[in-house]
Amino acid sequence: MKNKHIIWLKVVAWVVCLISLGDLLYRYFTQNLSANPIEFVTNETGQTALKLLIASLAITPMRKLSGWNWLIRFRRLLGLFAFFYAFLHLTTFVVLDKFFDWQEMLRDVTKRPFITVGVLSFVLMVPLAVTSMAWAIRKMGGKNWNLLHRLAYASAVLGVIHFWWKVKADITEPATFGAILAILLIYRIVVWSRSRLKAGAGTAAKAALASE
Amino acid sequence: MLIKKPEDFKYSEITPKNVYLNRRNFIAAAGMVGVGLAATKLIPDMLSPETNALGGTKLQFTKSDLSTKGEELTPYKDITSYNNFYEFGTHKDEPAIEAKNFKTSPWTVSIEGLVKKPQKLDLASIMKVSPLEERVYRMRCVEGWSMVIPWIGIPLNAIIKAAEPTPKAKYVAFQTLLDPKQMPGQREEILNWPYIEGLRLDEAMHPLTILAVGLHGETLPNQDGAPIRLVVPWKYGFKGIKSIVKISLVEKQPPTAWNVLAPSEYGFYSNVNPDVDHPRWSQATERRIGEFRRRKTLMFNGYADQVAKLYSGMDLTRNY
Repeated sequence: MKNKHIIWLKVVAWVVCLISLGDLLYRYFTQNLSANPIEFVTNETGQTALKLLIASLAITPMRKLSGWNWLIRFRRLLGLFAFFYAFLHLTTFVVLDKFFDWQEMLRDVTKRPFITVGVLSFVLMVPLAVTSMAWAIRKMGGKNWNLLHRLAYASAVLGVIHFWWKVKADITEPATFGAILAILLIYRIVVWSRSRLKAGAGTAAKAALASE
Repeated sequence: MLIKKPEDFKYSEITPKNVYLNRRNFIAAAGMVGVGLAATKLIPDMLSPETNALGGTKLQFTKSDLSTKGEELTPYKDITSYNNFYEFGTHKDEPAIEAKNFKTSPWTVSIEGLVKKPQKLDLASIMKVSPLEERVYRMRCVEGWSMVIPWIGIPLNAIIKAAEPTPKAKYVAFQTLLDPKQMPGQREEILNWPYIEGLRLDEAMHPLTILAVGLHGETLPNQDGAPIRLVVPWKYGFKGIKSIVKISLVEKQPPTAWNVLAPSEYGFYSNVNPDVDHPRWSQATERRIGEFRRRKTLMFNGYADQVAKLYSGMDLTRNY
């Protein structure tokens, strides 16, 4: 794929990633954020964060299966937008929902498992966002960088659990996210164990990393 | 607190508001021809054949002294667009859409069980058991939000007295209509349908407990539990079972829908209590719909003076 096309696709990707925020702003200005706007914004930003995070994790399997190596150039974009929405989600909780009631929030984080895992999911994204630039890969070395960025899986798993534990009765949505994430994880495990078999026990670790 | 997936629909698919409202007006107008005819025949003193743009039928009622004072009413639009009524979808905005064509007439409520005079009452007869009253009550949802709703209804105790419970009757069990054809939510195994609820007899007989048939001066919109629902203002909103078809007087504590689903999270009593948290979230505060900052949740939703004595000597942490 030519660079020119990539640039166009990046523009498209930006627009797609901003739809959710645009929707919220449009609803804000047209007073259409439901009777409970804070809840609406919290749910919307949280779900978008999770969707984009899972989408970023789907890039490598899709690239491998399709042979479209250019897909890799969209992974950081998706990951950073996921972080952006997760940040909006957390900010909504801290500012709009709890209005800086730190004591109450600390209680929530320690006492409410769904909030604990939600915060953890966000915290795991921070080092990934910080080291998302090319210089960080160079500085850390590809091996270490890849290892660190496996945290994206942990963050997504915690994100799905966070959503699941929040729901009262209808688990359709978190279960859908969970199923997609499970497929991506299984794919990774299959690829990893195959390369392990091929390479033999001695060079297994190397091979696993090379398959990233 | 469930969420609309943004990819579910595009903007181009959303009916423009003016078209939507016109259609509602049309449906309302068409419906009124029917309702108007029925009203002139059956219940001329209860229902006037007038309607407003939103399709409710105006009710004749008196204002009750038992109304909660000093609270700002939640707007009609919020009460009718932000609903938990899982029979019509688990998203807050779904009941208003999915319940649009729900048929609430004819409707019969069976009062049965441990009573001397079991009855099957249509809505007009129910409204004759006791004069309609307006009751302004706070409504606190277990999810942590609240509204102030001007209900119109009759005391539940009037209906129960009319059926003459036998001395063995200790509890009251309620049941919602089971009709998956009309109620799309019942086609999914979300709760164990039909929705069931229960009260202790003294709770049911308490003057604050009402069967509501309207709000904001009009018949209940379908998404709010038409044509008849329970309102128990000192309990979490889910105790207010909607679209009731059966009321049974029973001897033993009846099962209740949310308790069956998650016994550790939803008890039989489900009294509003800021000191007893839901296992997954705090119940200390709530967001009043329309307000920005959370406010403190009140014991028994602010009705402690009237109802606390019902629970004297009980451990409310265990009997949540």
